[in-house]
Amino acid sequence: MAMTENESGQEVRFLKEVGMPRLHKVIFLVLLGFLIALPFMVYPIFAMKVMCFALFAAAFNLLLGFGGLLSFGHAAYFGGASYVAAHAAKVWGFTPELAVLAGTLAAALLGLAIGSLAIRRQGIYFAMVTLAFAQMVYFFALQAKFTGGEDGIQSVPRGDLFGMFPLQDNIALYFFVLAITFGGILALYRIVHSPFGQVLKAIRENEPRAISLGYQVNRYKLMVFTLSATFAGLAGATKSQVFQLASLTDVHWSMSGEVVLMTLLGGMGTIFGPLVGAAIIVTMQNYLATFGAWVTIIQGVIFVLGVLLFREGIIGVISRLLKRRL
Amino acid sequence: MSIVLKAEGLTKEFKGFVAVKKVDLEVEEGTIHALIGPNGAGKTTCFNLLTKFLQPTAGRITFQGRDITNMSPADIAQLGMVRSFQISAVFSDLTVLENVRIALQRKRGESFDFWRSEKMLSQFDDDARGYIEDVGLGEFTNHRAGELSYGRKRALEIATTLALDPGMMLLDEPMAGMAQQDVERISALIRRIAKNRTVLMVEHNLSVVADLSDKITVLARGEVLAEGDYATVSKSPAVIEAYIGAEHG
Repeated sequence: MAMTENESGQEVRFLKEVGMPRLHKVIFLVLLGFLIALPFMVYPIFAMKVMCFALFAAAFNLLLGFGGLLSFGHAAYFGGASYVAAHAAKVWGFTPELAVLAGTLAAALLGLAIGSLAIRRQGIYFAMVTLAFAQMVYFFALQAKFTGGEDGIQSVPRGDLFGMFPLQDNIALYFFVLAITFGGILALYRIVHSPFGQVLKAIRENEPRAISLGYQVNRYKLMVFTLSATFAGLAGATKSQVFQLASLTDVHWSMSGEVVLMTLLGGMGTIFGPLVGAAIIVTMQNYLATFGAWVTIIQGVIFVLGVLLFREGIIGVISRLLKRRL
Repeated sequence: MSIVLKAEGLTKEFKGFVAVKKVDLEVEEGTIHALIGPNGAGKTTCFNLLTKFLQPTAGRITFQGRDITNMSPADIAQLGMVRSFQISAVFSDLTVLENVRIALQRKRGESFDFWRSEKMLSQFDDDARGYIEDVGLGEFTNHRAGELSYGRKRALEIATTLALDPGMMLLDEPMAGMAQQDVERISALIRRIAKNRTVLMVEHNLSVVADLSDKITVLARGEVLAEGDYATVSKSPAVIEAYIGAEHG
């Protein structure tokens, strides 16, 4: 791996390396090692839940942190995909990988449709348009026949991967989920570090300037919106296979809020922040569940403290202190 | 000399207020043309109309003989007419090198390839370094653009614009808020880049205008008041009255 020469010999902040910086490679490898060991240490279903939410937050962060667009309706893609995947597995008898694929494609199309309307507005109006559409998806899930209303789609069978490898065992399913979520997060990393990602960051930093350089910024926005929805859908579809369930919780607006919280807490616009944020929130919800409704209040307090004390999020602060992008 | 940019009867109304009123403008190829006028004269509006960041209420704009009245600002940039901004427009979180590369990347057309590694962009590094050296920012190549001083940000902005190799550059108050030593540096830079380009600029600093421009158009209350070289317009009674009147008003 070539390091860019520091020609001036002065201190250079955020020294740019070509390709994936060694630090990131090390972190990803350590993370992968940790995740391989994880199901033998904690309840695998819990670990899978964390990974699904980590992918969801990373997908959301692509839009907010790198595209500079705040969507308040990402539950639509997460939950929408989980319904489609659950239906495909249960009613159409799709194998798990095809069910996940079907859910992801549905989220991509939904993202393309909603995105093409939402990107015409900016800032708070953009957020409101995405929220409005997400509410429409919620009411659709509540009313439509195949979604099962209040019950959702329950007891989705865990099929055989490629029709050959049974995923009934939690550990087997865990590695299926690990492959999807880890692969998804690496794919998002590549998107951020692609020629497309460069233009995206330029638009986030200064949209009029990007226009004046000849970029059709709306097409980039639509593209990043669709990609973000697609990966959010991948996360939701995978989650439905884990819990064998698609429910209204996944399309509810509070789910859209939760992913914002995870991303901001971990550090928006960072690579690892959303993963950390998702892990913290899901762990809290899991281990504090005995406190009942207090979980929401504890979450609220943490969020307020986070915003007041470290606005850049946990990884954002660490990144600033280390002067390295994380 | 041929006319490269032409506006006829250019008008912009904002809810009944006419900011720009039937402005005719002809910019000759290879010249530095300045647009001046007192505050509120409609210079910036006019500038935004010409670069299509605003849509005119009436009138027609042609660039190199092509009607651009209904084009998008990105289309115009692709035709080779690139603008700068009053507040320095750099991509703060990107490095100086990446800033210039964003412009060079245009040569590939749109960059929708999200599956490729950004490594492929290093093909533009040498060109980018050339432009960066050209504006005297060589030692800052790997710095974040946001950390540069104001004057250096403007220099970076010019390097980025130059990297598109535009036939025409429109500069919106290139010297605004700049220290004297920076003004001289950027003036020299503008003169140098204008050798084989057309430049249209809006500028407040009259000594810069006098020094640089081949032709000056004076706007006041949205209308063209006078036009010609500095000697001509500075003697025009209407111009003197507009400036002094504005200062007292």
